[in-house]
Amino acid sequence: MLDYQPNIVLSTQEYNVVGKRPIRPDGADKVTGKAMYGADINLPGMLHGRVLRSPHAHARIKSLNTSRAAAYPGVKAVITGADLVQPSGRASELVEGAMTNMRFLSNNVMATDKVLYKGHAVAAVAATSPHVAEEALSLIDVEYEVLPPVMDAKDAMNKDAPLIHERLAAMSTASIRAGGVLDDDDPSQGTNVANHFEFTLGDLEEGFKQADVIVERDASTVAVHQGYIEPHTGTAMWHADGNLTIWSSSQGHFMVRENTARLVGVPISKVKAIPMEIGGGFGAKLAIYCEPLAALLAKKADAPVKVTMNRTEVFEASGPTSGTNVRVKLGATKDGKLTAAEAHLIFEAGAFPGSPVPGGAQCIMGAYDIPNAYIEGYDIVVNRPKTSAYRAPGSPAAAFAMEGAIDELAEKLGIDPIEFRLLNSAKEGTRRATGPLMPKVGFIETLEAAKAHPHYSAQLEGPYRGRGVASGFWGNNTGPSSAVATITPDGVVNLAEGSPDIGGTRASVAQQLAEVLGIPFEDVRPQVVDTDSIGFTSNTGGSGVTFKTGWACYTAAQDIKQQMLERAAKIWDVSLDDVEYVDGVLQHKSDPELRLTFKQMAARQNPTGGPIVGRAGVNPGGAGPALAFHIVDVEVDPDTGKVTILRYTALQDAGKAIHPSYVEGQIQGAVAQGIGWALNEEYFVNDQGHMMNSSFLDYRMPVSLDLPMIDTVIVEVANPNHPYGVRGVGEVGIVPPMAAISNAIYQAIGVRMTSLPMNPGKVLEALWQSNGNTS
Amino acid sequence: MPEVWIPPRMQALTGGKQQVQVAGRTVRQVVNNLDQEFPGIKEYLYDAEADDLVAGIAVIVDGEVSQMGLLERVGENSEVHFLPAIGGGMKP
Repeated sequence: MLDYQPNIVLSTQEYNVVGKRPIRPDGADKVTGKAMYGADINLPGMLHGRVLRSPHAHARIKSLNTSRAAAYPGVKAVITGADLVQPSGRASELVEGAMTNMRFLSNNVMATDKVLYKGHAVAAVAATSPHVAEEALSLIDVEYEVLPPVMDAKDAMNKDAPLIHERLAAMSTASIRAGGVLDDDDPSQGTNVANHFEFTLGDLEEGFKQADVIVERDASTVAVHQGYIEPHTGTAMWHADGNLTIWSSSQGHFMVRENTARLVGVPISKVKAIPMEIGGGFGAKLAIYCEPLAALLAKKADAPVKVTMNRTEVFEASGPTSGTNVRVKLGATKDGKLTAAEAHLIFEAGAFPGSPVPGGAQCIMGAYDIPNAYIEGYDIVVNRPKTSAYRAPGSPAAAFAMEGAIDELAEKLGIDPIEFRLLNSAKEGTRRATGPLMPKVGFIETLEAAKAHPHYSAQLEGPYRGRGVASGFWGNNTGPSSAVATITPDGVVNLAEGSPDIGGTRASVAQQLAEVLGIPFEDVRPQVVDTDSIGFTSNTGGSGVTFKTGWACYTAAQDIKQQMLERAAKIWDVSLDDVEYVDGVLQHKSDPELRLTFKQMAARQNPTGGPIVGRAGVNPGGAGPALAFHIVDVEVDPDTGKVTILRYTALQDAGKAIHPSYVEGQIQGAVAQGIGWALNEEYFVNDQGHMMNSSFLDYRMPVSLDLPMIDTVIVEVANPNHPYGVRGVGEVGIVPPMAAISNAIYQAIGVRMTSLPMNPGKVLEALWQSNGNTS
Repeated sequence: MPEVWIPPRMQALTGGKQQVQVAGRTVRQVVNNLDQEFPGIKEYLYDAEADDLVAGIAVIVDGEVSQMGLLERVGENSEVHFLPAIGGGMKP
């Protein structure tokens, strides 16, 4: 029996539908197996694609012969990197938003002259069965010149390190952007350093002079995978008119449409991308792998083709997050005010530029008010799979270093860690280390809620037990979004939107529409529709959907409301000014006889002017940063080094929790992933650059037995840039766990762990070293 | 006049100045006027081919990441920052 209330919502404003916990509209199909995921699509005459992958981490392709495979019975098509469009090597912005380097994207989908990591795609086959396709892969003859792999960012930065890309441009000239390729006539030498950037604020030297206590710390992390259940998949079918349809599981089917069109060489308007249900993404399904291969194979074979990765391919050839090295130095006065901070972040990008180091650099000091600061970041290419986004990309590794140092500083000053953060917390108007002023955030309120929570004051008894805390910051994102709402004659709203639903967002955006219209949530049927059926909608990422698509649904609902007001005025032959819409009822302001419910008006759409269609295309700013604070109790087994999580409480400012259960689910899921990242997960790679644990049997993710109940506290400090105060909630929950657990381990055994994962071997080794026993 | 915060890599072009006052009612005007005063800086910020900010650069006006880029309105007392955009989920 708990002696406190779990999962608290500190609500500041109540609504009729917003803030309630209705049953998710996609739930029944998912739990009864009727929901269609990416690989569930099966078309008449469909072929099966399989991909030949590099056995080497770094090698030049000397020759590639596919003739034996092409002649194998049942094989209908074979493709190589030469079949993909090889676009410009300059980083560019896509028509629809995100920056990317299309040459690198193409070369990651399939190699051309060099393979850059073990598992890099080299060729693909489409055949009448998966087994035939796999057999044919063994008939493809590839001759490699094996090159020494560079597996670590610091090694890759050495001047004499082998170059991953001979023509990768450094950020030395303005005309060549980060992650670009040198022009053919440019005599400059290539580099493994894809990007280096800095932020400065105030006078760092003076700031450290003012400090009474200074703490310096190095921290490192290794690559981990998002670990989504559903592997990447793509199915393609060409039509007689030259149009292409793609079915896939992604975090943005508009991204799938544009990237595939560019790599296959057809106009965007020729491609329709259909979003299937998604079995987890966590950022990694913001990239494409299978879709262009399926499209090119389908073109050659003149038949639909499905390409699906297996789990080993997902580990070896999709995008994990970076291995990192972060050094921080903090200074504070004896009364606990931070005076200066510096941070140096080195992130592995994988085989192509684009690690999340900008995210790490811009988040590392985000929770604090620090007058003098310096931050620099390095994006380094290595012979590993190209990294993808992973929940709050960059911020968890940065926080692991920063929050450990904050803990150490508070301890040296003899100040309670929450009080220390309250003394230095970022708030509206704080000058961030990166320059801009902080918008309205709820960090102080979150810290106060933590201080008041029973967990923080509970006795923690017994040896080898400790309590740790840590903060987390994430900037959140927004972007363009669309919504179209139609109304059935019996008064149900069919809501079409374009944000793939990875966290219950069908419900959270439908609630906002229902709230505006004053109708029950159950009278809205939200659907995520294909790229031909809705206006452009930016990716499901950056914890942005409930904000931006919520805005779109709010606006579409206002559109419906306005049209209904006009229809009612027409029916009653009164001035529009005399009609009002209150809680789902149209009524005359002074004549109580004139009254129509939403359902009654729905039935009268056609004779009063035709169907009512609410629509919105928006690009709202002001997503507002997210801040979190976690408390964790651990127990360390001094004989085995195993760390057990005894109790965990996660507090977070959600702005307004539209559907509190899904906010709690996001927080709990993020914490579970963070615990795995903290204690066990890692890409175990040998000296040849081969991942040795590329299955779920050997890649140790936490299971339910590893985790206690994760308590949540939702703090609501409304974001002023959203009609219901929403700020994104999906990502920041993964930022504090590693640091919080490290700080708890320190309290338990007196050893500061500075390298992830803090698995039993490492903890034991650290214990032995602290005891002077190195045997 | 709006105050523009110059990213460290570009401060060589502004003689080491970290903040400069530049006239302009939109980000486009600010960038053009900045280039008048500090020739060459526009190349870091403006992509003529795309008629847009350089890919990978985000503009922050008064603490909010702009969704309008060059078209964003700038007030007389606004603060304008140019920061690296963040892939995979976050704006600066």
